Amino acid sequence: MSLLKSILGTAVNTDAAEHLGKPTRRVDGPAKVTGAAKYAAEFNVPNLAYGVIVSSGVARGTITSINAAEIEAIPGVLKVLTHENAPKTAWLDRSHRDQISSKGGSPFRPLYQAELQYSAQPVALVVGETFEIARFAASLVRVEYDEKPHETDLHANQAAAHPPTDNSGGYTPAPKPRGDAESAFEKAAFRVEAEYSQPSEFHNPMESYASTCVYGEDGKLTIYQKTQGVQNCQAYVCSVFGLSKKDVQVISPYVGGGFGSGLRPTYELYLAVMAATALKHSVRVSMTRQQMFSFSHRPEAVQQIKLAANGDGLLDSVTHHAFEETSRKEEFLETVVNWSGLLYTCPNVSLVHQLVNLDVASPESMRAPGAATGIFAFESAIDELAYQAKTDPLEFRRKNYAEKDQNLDKPFSSKELRACYDQASERFGWQGRPLEPRSLRKGSDLIGWGVSTGCWEAMQQKAEVKAVLTADGKLTVSSATSDIGTGTYTVMTMIAAEFSGVAMENVSFELGDSSLVYSPVEGGSWTVASVGSAVKSVCEELRAKLFKLAGKMDGRPLGGAELADVTFVNGEVRVTKDPVKSVTYAEVLEAAGLDKLELDTTEQPQLIKRATHGCYSHSAVFAEVSVDEDLGTIHVTRVVSAIAGGRILNPMAARSQILGAIVWGISMAMAEEGLMDHGLGRCMNHSYAEYHVPVNADIHDIEVIFVPEHDEIVNALGAKGMGEIGIVGVASAVANAVWHATGKRVRSLPITLDKLL
Amino acid sequence: MINFAYTRATGIADAIKEKVEANGGGQFLAGGTNLVDLLKENVARPARLIDINRLPLAAVEPMSGGGLRLGALVTNADTAYHPEVQRRYPMLSRAILAGASAQLRNMATNGGNLLQRTRCYYFYDVATPCNKRQPGSGCPAIRGQNRVCGVLGTSAQCIATHPSDMCVALAALEAVVRVSGPQGERSIPIAEFHTLPSNTPHIENTLSPDELITSIDLPESPYAAHSVYTKVRDRASYAFALVSVAAGLELDGDTIKSTRLALGGVAHKPWRLPAAEALLTGKPATKESFLPVAEALFAGAQGYEHNAFKIELGKRAVVRALTLAAKGTAAIHDVNGQTADA
Ligand SMILES: Cc1cc2nc3c(=O)[nH]c(=O)nc-3n(C[C@H](O)[C@H](O)[C@H](O)COP(=O)(O)OP(=O)(O)OC[C@H]3O[C@@H](n4cnc5c(N)ncnc54)[C@H](O)[C@@H]3O)c2cc1C
Ligand code: SF4
Repeated sequence: MSLLKSILGTAVNTDAAEHLGKPTRRVDGPAKVTGAAKYAAEFNVPNLAYGVIVSSGVARGTITSINAAEIEAIPGVLKVLTHENAPKTAWLDRSHRDQISSKGGSPFRPLYQAELQYSAQPVALVVGETFEIARFAASLVRVEYDEKPHETDLHANQAAAHPPTDNSGGYTPAPKPRGDAESAFEKAAFRVEAEYSQPSEFHNPMESYASTCVYGEDGKLTIYQKTQGVQNCQAYVCSVFGLSKKDVQVISPYVGGGFGSGLRPTYELYLAVMAATALKHSVRVSMTRQQMFSFSHRPEAVQQIKLAANGDGLLDSVTHHAFEETSRKEEFLETVVNWSGLLYTCPNVSLVHQLVNLDVASPESMRAPGAATGIFAFESAIDELAYQAKTDPLEFRRKNYAEKDQNLDKPFSSKELRACYDQASERFGWQGRPLEPRSLRKGSDLIGWGVSTGCWEAMQQKAEVKAVLTADGKLTVSSATSDIGTGTYTVMTMIAAEFSGVAMENVSFELGDSSLVYSPVEGGSWTVASVGSAVKSVCEELRAKLFKLAGKMDGRPLGGAELADVTFVNGEVRVTKDPVKSVTYAEVLEAAGLDKLELDTTEQPQLIKRATHGCYSHSAVFAEVSVDEDLGTIHVTRVVSAIAGGRILNPMAARSQILGAIVWGISMAMAEEGLMDHGLGRCMNHSYAEYHVPVNADIHDIEVIFVPEHDEIVNALGAKGMGEIGIVGVASAVANAVWHATGKRVRSLPITLDKLL
Repeated sequence: MINFAYTRATGIADAIKEKVEANGGGQFLAGGTNLVDLLKENVARPARLIDINRLPLAAVEPMSGGGLRLGALVTNADTAYHPEVQRRYPMLSRAILAGASAQLRNMATNGGNLLQRTRCYYFYDVATPCNKRQPGSGCPAIRGQNRVCGVLGTSAQCIATHPSDMCVALAALEAVVRVSGPQGERSIPIAEFHTLPSNTPHIENTLSPDELITSIDLPESPYAAHSVYTKVRDRASYAFALVSVAAGLELDGDTIKSTRLALGGVAHKPWRLPAAEALLTGKPATKESFLPVAEALFAGAQGYEHNAFKIELGKRAVVRALTLAAKGTAAIHDVNGQTADA
């Protein structure tokens, strides 16, 4: 019932759209369920060799020897690549940077030097005629090290924290302080001062990283790659290996989950290309599940927060100081603290984001990078403050509602957060929630209710789209974006059908091929805003062009109608008021003597409109937990999340994005933790058995509500993106509910049962 | 290729002969759910894999003296769902169903379950030292990530646990492991089957090198009406026990006649302390009676940085399990082997 209502609620569209806003099944669904959809490690070519990666056992030091010669003597082993014999790649760090890496960093180069940078980094690649031979031989590789002391403990190295010295796309440095947070804190009636921590978390999409690098007769490379950005990989391979773009094609039609781990080129790509070019042979390299813990991860964070409110329960002081880990050679930057100056009205704010360099792999964006981390801590602290002020935590949030973006001192492009609070709290049944913790029980279990606000930036990037309408009336639209499971194929097909007037079944969208026109990597929830807006533009141009050509046709089938008088639907141009006057697109092309109509558009972000506004999506998340008082076991029994995310283009896909993100938020709250052995400098629970995420039995009722927003500022489609907002605020809503159930404030994630004993 | 021989044993004698011939390099392959993982991680490197899946050891049969014989090759799933096991040994059925996942239980066998290796992270990662995997190399878990490790009967060489759920119930039921070897057949009481780590953590049981487990024999049990398996874990399924308790009570009205208690997740073997169980004899089945038993069970416990909580948690789980057992097996709402409260 509620689900139906939420879908219908968004389907009501002001501009009576044909496709947009209607729940639409995945166009790639049949391919996926029948196995026709192929993933990077499933593209087979004759004579493929297999590379197996050998990972380091220590975090810091120098490799003193590798028994490579011995291994190469094993029948069936083609090559053992190590830092001693690896072909030279580009010299400058600049050449190893990609679209996403920080601007001044020194990206990790596999097999580059004897010096180690982190535990489990690749130290050799064994290439064999078969996977089994390569794997066996790799197990016999002995690497000797001259070990040096390492530092992997963020807490122990907090004193070495420094402000970011670098920058990267998508990162917004902390805003300058406003007012005087310190003295406001000292004077305030209600105060909270607390430290929150969160461990490193690993993306672990179901599909592990793989690269099938096909070596062509002409030396050209066709690379089937798991990635979130084919052109980013292509540019990287070209610049690292000194190849020309025309000789490198990166293909990735399907991706079994990314979540940010595939924004940057991953190291198995580097190794596959190196092996293929060195051996002049097609090579596949895939990572093991254990190796999926050896590169990008959500960085560990320690956050110190001081909040104060005046006697009326109005927020008067916010201090948020975040420490995050990064590697030695790169600054991974995500926006952690800025949200704390944005979510509520507050005159005195001081925000600091610092980094601690450790002997670990460079972290990378993981679903809602920065916001998931920062908002967990801030929204937990807000909850603590509301209780100090003896105010219902939802009421406290409403009272301190931010009417404008105070970090930028600009209005919001749209913000229906109040409606999110209203609708989600009503659905949840929040009213009457007792203020005091430990007041609700069900049988012998303690029950708790928690709330949190969530927020994510609505970004837009430059993107290019090509559209080809052929004589049979079929439309192919393409751009080098990817579908990491988010439903890109489907939503782009819907947008193209909507704005071209070609029926859905006659539209196809192509992506995941570096030879297509330019697209940014798929990330940041900007794909619909960026590529989708370009699809809209190109299809509108197509319509205009068709209309013009129709006007020149003999017999004037549209009878001299103006553009405003016609409708484009079902592959036809019709006079709206006199639909018998119509002409099909195929007829238009035929009359013009064209076998196809080809258009190409680059859509720039709506910079001028956006520059004067703060553009964000928002959410209100409500969670219920039940806690076994004796044993500490916790169940998240209900979550209701209301999302204000602009226009919802495909409610079915949007809902599934939010559901998945809520599950991940529960996972962040209750389960995920990379268990680092600081003595060894190594993450120890590197498998699906031991790195916990929730199982089905951990997930109970979840309801998603979409609150409509009309926004002409964010982008031409008015859509804000659904990929990240769903996870933000879930961990805090759960933590706040656990407190309400038990009276215990767990400030370090994950909230495992031992923390409640 | 990893050059190991694979043979399919045709009979019990044949399997043992193969094993003897492999001269220490052979390993039996049952469901493979543990052994194959260990092969992939290069922890186990047998020269010969002797597939025993065709041996006639896949039956659950009544025993002449009144007990029940569980063949070594009966799957964990078939054992747990067997009507006689459910009726007479509900604690065992529930313990099995509280373990692993449905897919794993469909493959896993009773013999393999007894011999599954620890889940200590270091044991599985050949890049790290581990006395159990490589005697003398050290035990990083003592100072490292030891949430999954033990608090009872640990040694300075190893603090790992035996991870099985099934074996905890077997310990409480005083099962007997029947084995067959070059010297013939013998029976090993479950309490004497698994060993403590002491100075030889690589040795985990009293099976002789070439012996084959043929069955697990369950003696008659007076506990069916009041037995429970309480498992506390980090997620609702597909997680090993942090602490688990198999508890059986024999009641005379409200008075306890006899008690069986075994703990999982805390030691290198299912942990039993008959002296603690005896504290309950003649007492009423109340929380006041249960508390001293919990204390006694954990009297010698030693916690480590990340698992010291298991001592308090264990005590509470013991009280919970006994409380539930007192209510009666039938009263415990059973979803997939899990007690409603654990
Ligand atoms: C991810 C995961 C989660 C799990 N979770 C749990 C859990 O929560 N609780 C739990 O109890 N278990 C759990 N298990 C373990 C599972 O129960 C065991 O892997 C299984 O019982 C082993 O049985 P098998 O037949 O597959 O043994 P195999 O893997 O075939 O063999 C294991 C060992 O036993 C030896 N062996 C097998 N049969 C005989 C015999 N008849 N005689 C002599 N030696 C023999 C083999 O040589 C080998 O050394 C889990 C396993 C996995 C992989
Ligand atoms: S506890 Fe035992 S299994 Fe774990 S590292 Fe130490 S010796 Fe190895």
